[in-house]
Amino acid sequence: MTDLELYATQIEELAKRLGMDYYPVDFELAPASLMTEIAVYGLPVRMPHWSFGVRYIHQLVRQSMGHSKIFEVMFPGDPCRAFLMDSNSDAENALVTAHVLGHADFSKNNQLFARFHSMAGANIVETAAAHAHRIQLAIEAHGVERVEQVLDAALALESHIAIDGELHRSRYPEFIEPKQAPLRSDFQQRFSQLPGVDAPAKPKAGQVRAPVPPHSEYDLLWFIANYAPDLEQWERDIFLMVRCESFYFYPVFACQIMNEGWASYWHARLLREADFLPQPLYLSAIKAHSDVVRPFASGQETALAINPYYLGFSIWERIVQKHGMDRARQVRTEEDDFGFIRNWLDEELAEESGLFVYEARPGDEIRVATKDIASIREAILAPKFNFGAPRVAAVELKHDGSLTLKHDHGNDGRGLDVTRAKRVLEYVNRVWRRPVKLVTVNDRDENVELAA
Amino acid sequence: MAIRISAETPWYDLFSRGARDWLRHNQKVREAVKDTLPDLLAGADLMTRPNRTVAVPVKFLEHSRFRLSDAQVQQGAGQGKGEPGDVLQPGREEGDQQGQAGGTGDGEIRFVVELKIDEIVDWLWEELKLPELKPKRINTMDQPEYIREGWDKRGARSRLDRRRTMKEAVKRHAVQGNTALKEDDEPLSLINDDLRFRQLVKRPSPATSAAVIFALDVSGSMDEAQRRLAKQFFFFALQGIRRQYAKVETVFLAHAAQAWEFDESQFFQASSSGGTVTSSVARLALEVMGTRYDPSRYNVYFFYASDGENAAEDRDEARGTLVDIAKQVNYAGYIETGGVASFRPRDTQLAEIFAEIKGTGLPVGTSHLASQDDVWNAIRQFFTEQAAGE
Repeated sequence: MTDLELYATQIEELAKRLGMDYYPVDFELAPASLMTEIAVYGLPVRMPHWSFGVRYIHQLVRQSMGHSKIFEVMFPGDPCRAFLMDSNSDAENALVTAHVLGHADFSKNNQLFARFHSMAGANIVETAAAHAHRIQLAIEAHGVERVEQVLDAALALESHIAIDGELHRSRYPEFIEPKQAPLRSDFQQRFSQLPGVDAPAKPKAGQVRAPVPPHSEYDLLWFIANYAPDLEQWERDIFLMVRCESFYFYPVFACQIMNEGWASYWHARLLREADFLPQPLYLSAIKAHSDVVRPFASGQETALAINPYYLGFSIWERIVQKHGMDRARQVRTEEDDFGFIRNWLDEELAEESGLFVYEARPGDEIRVATKDIASIREAILAPKFNFGAPRVAAVELKHDGSLTLKHDHGNDGRGLDVTRAKRVLEYVNRVWRRPVKLVTVNDRDENVELAA
Repeated sequence: MAIRISAETPWYDLFSRGARDWLRHNQKVREAVKDTLPDLLAGADLMTRPNRTVAVPVKFLEHSRFRLSDAQVQQGAGQGKGEPGDVLQPGREEGDQQGQAGGTGDGEIRFVVELKIDEIVDWLWEELKLPELKPKRINTMDQPEYIREGWDKRGARSRLDRRRTMKEAVKRHAVQGNTALKEDDEPLSLINDDLRFRQLVKRPSPATSAAVIFALDVSGSMDEAQRRLAKQFFFFALQGIRRQYAKVETVFLAHAAQAWEFDESQFFQASSSGGTVTSSVARLALEVMGTRYDPSRYNVYFFYASDGENAAEDRDEARGTLVDIAKQVNYAGYIETGGVASFRPRDTQLAEIFAEIKGTGLPVGTSHLASQDDVWNAIRQFFTEQAAGE
């Protein structure tokens, strides 16, 4: 048994004693190359697409400049799968083991994670690998260009799922349900018996087709998979695979601050109480901890971003300190980042941490705008709404098969970036294979219609 | 709990998914670069320059997503010392903005793809499925050429093949059982029978030199865009011809009311406010052919780009001289530039003249260039007609 295995076993015993609750975790030591790929793809084996290649190079560049150090990647499930970097020190990896247990506890109990778990099963790593395999088969059968065309569209719409909706969803009802005849009250019965009153005209027989979509449809991946007029089965499959992975990524995205904070809280606590760790190892691990949760790069006094590890960690410490562990566990179960930040990031903590809202104006001048707590919360949450994507819905499918998308600019506050939106429409058009148009507004708030 | 460290090569070491997708991206970049080639290539004086590569700065391809347009004032959450109103980062001076433009953004990385023109042209020929040109086979053009063919025991001293001769000597020694071949000290003895002389045979071969005469109308009515199109066409026509001939020489003639010869660097800059007299340049071309590039010894190609407007009184003169050219050259191409896409109410004078000449069966082709895409069509048309005419 290596030292690390010994520590890991001991840390796990301690975690159980402290009441942590999680599915078993499979740890694997992996080389830097795999860790980089996981950071880029989000999953150890995922479908091929050229856009990942671009991210891959960016990640390599960042790593070579020392801007990005990967400690661990953890995939919730039953069992959870965790990858540790084989080149990190034992101290770092002991810290990471504790950290991963925090994630494991979080993902078993948080309702968003639990919901995905119940919809898509407990092994996303294998599910995604199976997707990748099916896409590989599709490439062999239909050629890389055709598969790429589908992935261009599906991955561009990756975030456009209905985040509150179901993973497995049936098509819209085809017909409008006939309206129930209203119950006849005593008065109406007597009234109809009066002489000289005609019976009301009977409604026409037959069913009425429901319009598609019956309401604005924000689950674009689902909608295209189900209603694109000329989509082949394997193409539809690709859309649904991308959609499934998006459902997996959503809880990770929407609970990032909570989840990283919770894991940081637990790694700090487990290490603090781990009297079995040799002193030097404990010190290096605590040093690694403070590097992870520090708010700014060393030697700087301000940061134009908030380190989620730091923020989550501070909020959790405060909750545990003020309200006790039981309350903290309840918060872990019930909230996502929106509730977490709005309910638990209070003025006092914001003040202590020196949080602020900044404004960048054209010309790149950046000023501190306000320290108002409500504004701080919204500034933190703004990039997280709606899976970080503008709200775009399918609103009309015409008889000729043409599709109309509408951007809810009222909710988003401004229009779409037209150049990019046009390119996305082109991607969509190549799989929809009928005219596709999109309505949004320009910077003068006038409606603009893009078409492809 | 167990921490797995597998001893065998783990699955993920077998290949890199990141590298695979990166290669695919690069493939797409190259395709994208090729789409903009005509424009890139027309940018520089590449026709006659010896070092024939173009460096193309490329950005990463972006996989677009729906995104909100940039807000006037961007907000974000930050942390650290600072009170409302404090400046965290001063704005840029107006002057800086220039240098920054285009290169900023979140860590945007650019790289340069260096492409060899020959490679590009090879690719184009494949892509456009253009036929290869053949030198014209007219008897008068055939230059007799001596070709080595075989050896003989007798011949002029100057054609002695030393290597062959030595081989014969070695063979003879071996046959005679004289196995004790010494290294350097004792030279192999030669007898007359060992001598081998190269034989030459006289063979007619088609001329492999070509001369390409580019004529450009630089009168006031030819604007920048039209010249650019002409330049692009000229460039690719020349590349195509270069693929075929061992030696290609170029002549650049520009004209308005008069015609002059230029070198390439000045050729596309030349401009004149005078009227347009086509016969002037045609006569100059004839003169060049007469003095330097005799069509009986060179494969001469003549390309003429103009907006088609020629002085009315020059019509007959122009027609006469152009017919003279068409009779002597391998091919004469007329490229008419300008015009709003396909909206052309009537043929221009030059278009009519060239149509007439073509009617007489001379190797003449005409194309109309209104946009970049037409360049490809014109190139394809030129090379297919040219190949069919043989």
